[in-house]
Amino acid sequence: MPTRRTLLKAGGCALVAYAAAPRFLTRTARAAEARGKVLVAVFQRGAVDGLSMVMPHGDAGYAGARPSIALRSPRPGESDRAVDLDGFFAFHPSLAPLLPLWENHSLAVVHACGSPDTTRSHFDAQDYMESGTPGVKSTPDGWLARVARTLPAKSAPFRAVALGAVLPRTLQGDVGAISMQSIDRFDVRGGDASAGRGFESLYDQGVHDLLHGTGRETFEAVKMLRSANASRLAPANGADYPRGPFGDAMRQIAQLIKANVGLEVAFADMQGWDTHVGQGAERGQLAFRLRDFGQALAAFSRDLGDRMADVCVLTMSEFGRTVAENGNRGTDHGHGTAMLALGGAVRGGRVYGRWPGLGRHQLFEGRDLAVTTDFRTLFTEVAARHLGAPTAALFPGFTSTQPSLGLFT
Amino acid sequence: MRWTASVLAAVFLVGCSAPASRVADRGNAPAPAPVPGAAAPTSASQATTARSELRAAGDREVLHALSRLTYGPRPGEVERVRALGLDVWLERQLHPEKIDDSATEAALAELATLRMTTTELLHAYPRPDPQLRAKLASGEMSRQEMQERYPMEKRPARITAELQAAKMVRAVTSERQLQEVMVDFWFNHFNVFANKGDVRWYVSAYEREAIRPYALGKFPELVRATAHHPAMLFYLDNWLSARPDFTIPAGPNRGRKAGLNENYARELMELHTLGVDGGYSQKDVTEVARAFTGWTIERPQAEGRFVFRASMHDTGEKTVLGRRIPAGGGREDGERVIELLTRHPSTARFIATKLVRRFVSDVPPPALVDRVAATYSRTGGDIPTMLRTIFESREFLGEDIYRAKIKKPFEFVASATRALGGRPDAQGGMALARASAEIGEPLYEAQPPTGYGDRAEVWVNSGALLARMNFALGLVSGRYQRVTVDLPALVAGADTSVPAVVLDRLLAAILANQASPETRSVLAKHLADPQITRQTADDRGPANTDVAKLAALVIGSPEFQRR
Repeated sequence: MPTRRTLLKAGGCALVAYAAAPRFLTRTARAAEARGKVLVAVFQRGAVDGLSMVMPHGDAGYAGARPSIALRSPRPGESDRAVDLDGFFAFHPSLAPLLPLWENHSLAVVHACGSPDTTRSHFDAQDYMESGTPGVKSTPDGWLARVARTLPAKSAPFRAVALGAVLPRTLQGDVGAISMQSIDRFDVRGGDASAGRGFESLYDQGVHDLLHGTGRETFEAVKMLRSANASRLAPANGADYPRGPFGDAMRQIAQLIKANVGLEVAFADMQGWDTHVGQGAERGQLAFRLRDFGQALAAFSRDLGDRMADVCVLTMSEFGRTVAENGNRGTDHGHGTAMLALGGAVRGGRVYGRWPGLGRHQLFEGRDLAVTTDFRTLFTEVAARHLGAPTAALFPGFTSTQPSLGLFT
Repeated sequence: MRWTASVLAAVFLVGCSAPASRVADRGNAPAPAPVPGAAAPTSASQATTARSELRAAGDREVLHALSRLTYGPRPGEVERVRALGLDVWLERQLHPEKIDDSATEAALAELATLRMTTTELLHAYPRPDPQLRAKLASGEMSRQEMQERYPMEKRPARITAELQAAKMVRAVTSERQLQEVMVDFWFNHFNVFANKGDVRWYVSAYEREAIRPYALGKFPELVRATAHHPAMLFYLDNWLSARPDFTIPAGPNRGRKAGLNENYARELMELHTLGVDGGYSQKDVTEVARAFTGWTIERPQAEGRFVFRASMHDTGEKTVLGRRIPAGGGREDGERVIELLTRHPSTARFIATKLVRRFVSDVPPPALVDRVAATYSRTGGDIPTMLRTIFESREFLGEDIYRAKIKKPFEFVASATRALGGRPDAQGGMALARASAEIGEPLYEAQPPTGYGDRAEVWVNSGALLARMNFALGLVSGRYQRVTVDLPALVAGADTSVPAVVLDRLLAAILANQASPETRSVLAKHLADPQITRQTADDRGPANTDVAKLAALVIGSPEFQRR
């Protein structure tokens, strides 16, 4: 492989030659040393029914509002029912794989969480949650990008990565976030090695602009990924990821973490939570989605093992669903929902947030679970306590009026 | 750049002042008189000089104009436009209705949804049966069963897929290039997201009826057409916006209270007309929203056309930007607001800024923005005159402007296909649209009302850059079927056993000979790579150059990412 020096010479450029060690190698070494903190944000697109994901079986309003789709209350020894957490809340039976994480206190729930904005449009609410500015559409960047900008690994090509074809709103901004469909496809493909060599030298001409700079970073990233052998880092500890896009995404985020490529912020999403019709109870549509969701998170945690001390997974959804079931045995767009925090120094085994109740007069606009924790309170806490990020400018215009959740030790 | 600003200014002014019919036989026409009040004063004698100097203008200058005003030159196009005269060519582009485009129309014939009304589309591509979807989601029904019961080509997603294919086919093959560039520009300015609810049935008519007819017309017409269109009414929720205490009289939400929705009002001012710093207040947003109450959609799932519903309208007096709109205006309230906004100097400046950013630079030169804004104000937002103000400007030809813009993914895919002489049919268009999505620009699927960004930072990232290179490799290797690129034609007659000759031909064809010395030298160096130049069996010399791979390298090169 030609070195930088020979290429510069070949290009005839009068430039100061670099020191011999390629930057990507030094960076790999540095990243491995630092083993920095990682935040993995997971978006449940379509508005997950937080009330059946983490069921408030202690609130009489739940079962009464859902004659055909309420989960049955937990009963010891009956595994096909919801799993009790604390005498008031229970996991949907599909989330049983997460139970060990709840029990070892690495998984916490924040309930009745959501946006102060009252929109029930998926489109607007996702936009607001990703930008971190409810009610303001003109925010140019996403909150995850703003977090990444404050973190130490400013130049690492893999510091901010989204799994998927398009860079999500939440990672848009001046942080050079990478979106990749898969680790395997993050390379020059379809040609032989000469094509890759050719492209690399074309971008390595010593021109200092965004395009050449990104090109050089890209090939550094590609080489970093190859040398780290990320694609061959098979799931460890017997972790068994469910098949499908979400399982694949989580598996590959784990690979990037294990490959020590400097990842600090990762993003994955999962579709299919918009259960207007035939939502189901212990079985059915929602159960099917939650099974994938729970299995993927459990596999991720098992795969990373001790490394989970550095990693926090935060799940979110744009809003919740109506307390009452609708005329099609489903639920419509609601307000508050449940979010999960897993790993790192999370004080798990607890449900956080004030429970607003499901009594008629307690509901938001007479129909939905009220929001008692602004999602920005939760996100701020995760950014500050897990990543150690400065949070003053993270959510423009936001000053939390509630005390910290105390989610972290 | 050798092509001086004054030369081009004069040349474009000729195009500006002469009616198309006279330009067509300009050889015999007398030198046209300057238009009174035209932006750059010049004289007929200067214009004549300019014409002769233009004939001597280099390929680089023609390439610059083509790369900004079209989706990039096709093989031989730089020479053809030079022979025709840039002024004549521009004047034709500004009058697309006079350009024959039958080949493109023929390629689009099989895309039936392009010609269907919204009402027809609603009936032909009905909403999926929710029960089927539920069964699929619960695993009760397999994907294959679902596919049989409800085939892809009967789903509403087909409408967007055909529209995406058409956009690609037009960008690559249409002779009306400037029109296609402007349709893309204005769609993006008045963006709607094809996958938001009922927009999927409205989006095709939206482009056809609200954007395309006015893309080279007057800006206020675009505002008016989009304001009335069901796609915009749905996308920005105005169809739900009603006077306070309005109770929905019928339908599934019967009895529910509806109220004011400010979504459209805000974006109309922030994104469509005045700009975010255009001098409006929250109070103005509310007042504008009140003015537009009752602008809604007739039977959204059966008919899908604009209707003004007086029962939803707030009949009271409104004050917008200090102007009083008296009570009882009804539907006219909205029309008054549009007039007020499109005449506002902030709108002139905002639109001028966006146009200059598209055609000149990510950092719009303020003096040029001033002049284009003045053109807007003088002509009532006449788009061709604003474009001429840009093209005839000194700034358009600045040395620092040459190749200063990064092609967005759609532009990159279209220009690569054009450079290789590709002629996609409808299927090919769909494949290219998927490529654009892979590089980060799924067509008609920009979710936010801002549309896609028009600055380099939005599009330059590692994953996207690799996707561009991989697209280049796929395109030359025939992975995109029914796009029919013509590689042999690029090097026809060249001796492919001499790699340097092949490289010269490709750089001439794809980059109009405007590769940087660095790129040329890097590529020349790689000619020695045995995987690029295959040796003969007896190893006595180069036998064959891998034309495809070299072409891919040129298309994936830094130069080709720019326009």
